[in-house]
Formats: sequence, structure tokens, C-alpha cells
Amino acid sequence: MKYSDYYAALGVERGASQEEIKKSYRRLAQKYHPDVSKEPEAEERFKQIAEAYATLKDPEKRAAYDALGTRPQGEEFRPPPDWARQHGGNQQFSFDDVDFADLFTRFGARGGSPYGEHAAMPGQDFEVPVEISIDDAFRGTTLELQLSMPEYDAAGRLHRAPHNVKARIPPGAIDGQRLRLPGKGSKGLNGGRHGDLYLDISFKPHRLYRATGHDLFVDLPLAPWEAALGAAVEVPTPAGAVNLKVPAGTSSGQKLRLSGRGLPKPRGGAGDLYAVAQIVVPPQVTERERELFSSLKEASSFEPRRHFTGGA
Amino acid sequence: MEPEVLWLDEQRVVSLSELVEVSGLSSEELIELAQGGAIPFREVQGANYVFSASVISVARTACRLRDELELDMAGLAVALRLLDRVRGLEEEIARLRALLPRA
Repeated sequence: MKYSDYYAALGVERGASQEEIKKSYRRLAQKYHPDVSKEPEAEERFKQIAEAYATLKDPEKRAAYDALGTRPQGEEFRPPPDWARQHGGNQQFSFDDVDFADLFTRFGARGGSPYGEHAAMPGQDFEVPVEISIDDAFRGTTLELQLSMPEYDAAGRLHRAPHNVKARIPPGAIDGQRLRLPGKGSKGLNGGRHGDLYLDISFKPHRLYRATGHDLFVDLPLAPWEAALGAAVEVPTPAGAVNLKVPAGTSSGQKLRLSGRGLPKPRGGAGDLYAVAQIVVPPQVTERERELFSSLKEASSFEPRRHFTGGA
Repeated sequence: MEPEVLWLDEQRVVSLSELVEVSGLSSEELIELAQGGAIPFREVQGANYVFSASVISVARTACRLRDELELDMAGLAVALRLLDRVRGLEEEIARLRALLPRA
């Protein structure tokens, strides 16, 4: 297993008092707690801080930790032969497949299952942020997640093992949606209920669509003559392209609604898709086009900036 | 038998006892947070509070903040209200961004 320097994680000296440890934990937890922090890698940092504090705040676990000696962070090692016995653990305890973080859950005053040897113990819940595409939200998708789950073997030994979990997201999710998948967390012990899996869904940026709730927005570039005269155009939707009639006199920014063409709702119905008109001009005009635009300029009395001078 | 997937949204409701089971907060704590407005509830008849399933994630966050930041109930209520405001503002920004044409 790999050694973790818990004192370094909390930014305290090895001889720090319990009060100093607590103070440092609180300061760092406020900064890195993933529910309130926007710091990069906050979740990983907080995990290290919480793991270090769980051991160092308990004098017996701290003594067991100190007895492992000082080692460089991440160094491969095995606890000394007598370490488990001296610190209140089970002499049968095997260090195979044991995570450093799990060592101290078994030692000290509250070693082993906190629920007692044969008591029903619920499995652990997992909350996992997942990013899906808008197309996946439209059709529904199944994700393969790898979760490191704590489990007790037949002899009551705790270890962690990677588990592949299939998580089905039915059609209808929106950005920020949360789903609960009952029983997909780690297994309960002695008849305890299995943990749940919570998915916190966010959308990847899409090359065409922007989502708000179940509604979708797509930019609809129009040539000046299409906007002025009206046109029949094809608009992409997650279900495939549909025809849209652009009314004559459409201006940039105008939203043309395609009812029910947005994302499906979990219990029936669907959001709308809005095609937002964007009038674009050819980046280069031919001589003929220039003549026609010039003729239009001469013929038209349209004043697009009339309101600047207090006109209607 | 429980369904395979539960949508934690406004359409589904959960009872106080369900919320206790999935959040890790006690019923006393949940009632205090609900009465103070930090965890919204749909209706109450006596001690039977009914919540939208969307508050499950709020209540689970509250439990983590209580345990991991060692917040008392007053601190917890303030933190939840501020997180709710942040969430509301983030949703509003996302909504406004969706209306903007792509540059």
C-alpha cells in the first residue's frame, strides 16, 4: 500500500496538538469542501484532508498512524509485523488489497464495523457527477461507471475493490438533473440495505444546441433576402431535421418556435426548440450581387437606426 | 419493488421518513430546516411533512456540511440559503447564455 502523509495533508507539524489539528482541518475544509468550493480539484483535496482528519482527530488512531513512522508521501510499504496487534486490530488481519485509508477504520477504539460484528450494516451511497451530451439526454443512455467500493469479506475484513456499475439514464434528463438509482451503491452487510447511486447530470457543450430546461436553442443563419422575403428552411433537431417556414420580415434575434421539438420530459411531453434568426451576409459579394444590393439601397427607404434620433 | 431510476425533481414527492432515510439528517433537524425555510416543503399536516424529491440532494448536502464542516443548525441554514441563491443564479446565467447567439 502507499503511505499518505496525513500531517502534510492538514499542513501541521507531527507534534501538533489536537486543537491545532482541528483548527487546520476546519480552515482547509471550508476552502476545499466540494459543496461550497470552486477551487480546482477541490473534491480530491477535500478527500485527502477528510481522510487525514478522520485518523488524526482520534488519539488512538493517531498513535497507530504515528507508529508507522515517517515516510515519503506515496512510498510503497507494509506495516511492521506487530503493528496490527499493538494497535488493537485483529491478529488475523491481512494487509492484502487494503487501502491505506481503510487501515485506520479497523484500528483504535472503534475498529471494525461500527454497527457491531453481526449487525445489519447499510451499504455506502455514491454521488457521481456525470457529463452527457444533449443527444444522449434526448435518446437516453447507459453509462459504465467504475466505483471503488468498500466491502467486508466473509471474515469481516474491510477492503476496497473496483466495481463496474451500469447506470441507465432514461430519456428526459436536463442539465443539473439529479437521479437516484436505488441499490446501485455498495452492498449492505448482514442484511443491511444496499447503498444508492446518485447521478448529478450536466451537459457537454453541443456544436449546435444550447439547452435551458427541456427547451433547446439553435442559431438559424438566414441570408438577407430569406429574412426579408420569407423562406422554407431545414432546421436540425435531435430527432432529425424538420422544415420550418421563416415568415417574411424576420429580424435577427427573433425566435421561431418548433413546438415539442426540444428534449423529452420524463413523464411525457417535450420542451420546445427555438430557432434564433441570425441574418448573415456573404463574406464576399460578386459584382452582380454588389449591383443588386446597390439597387436595393437606392430603392429602399428603410431606416434601421431611426430610433437613435427619437423617431418611431 | 423500487423502480430502477428515480427522478429527483418537482413532480415526485417524498415523506419526512423517506428524507430521513436517504439524507442522513434526523427528523428534528429536517423539520427545523423546513420550518426555517432552508429546505422547502410542499405541505404539512401535523408532523407529516411532504417534500419534492428535488430536495433530496439539498438534504444530503446539508448532512455533509453538518458532518464535514461541523456546522451547527444556524450555520447550516445560512449555508443552504446561500447555496440555493448560487444555484438559482447559475441557472439564470445558463438560461441567458442559451438565448445568446454563438459568437
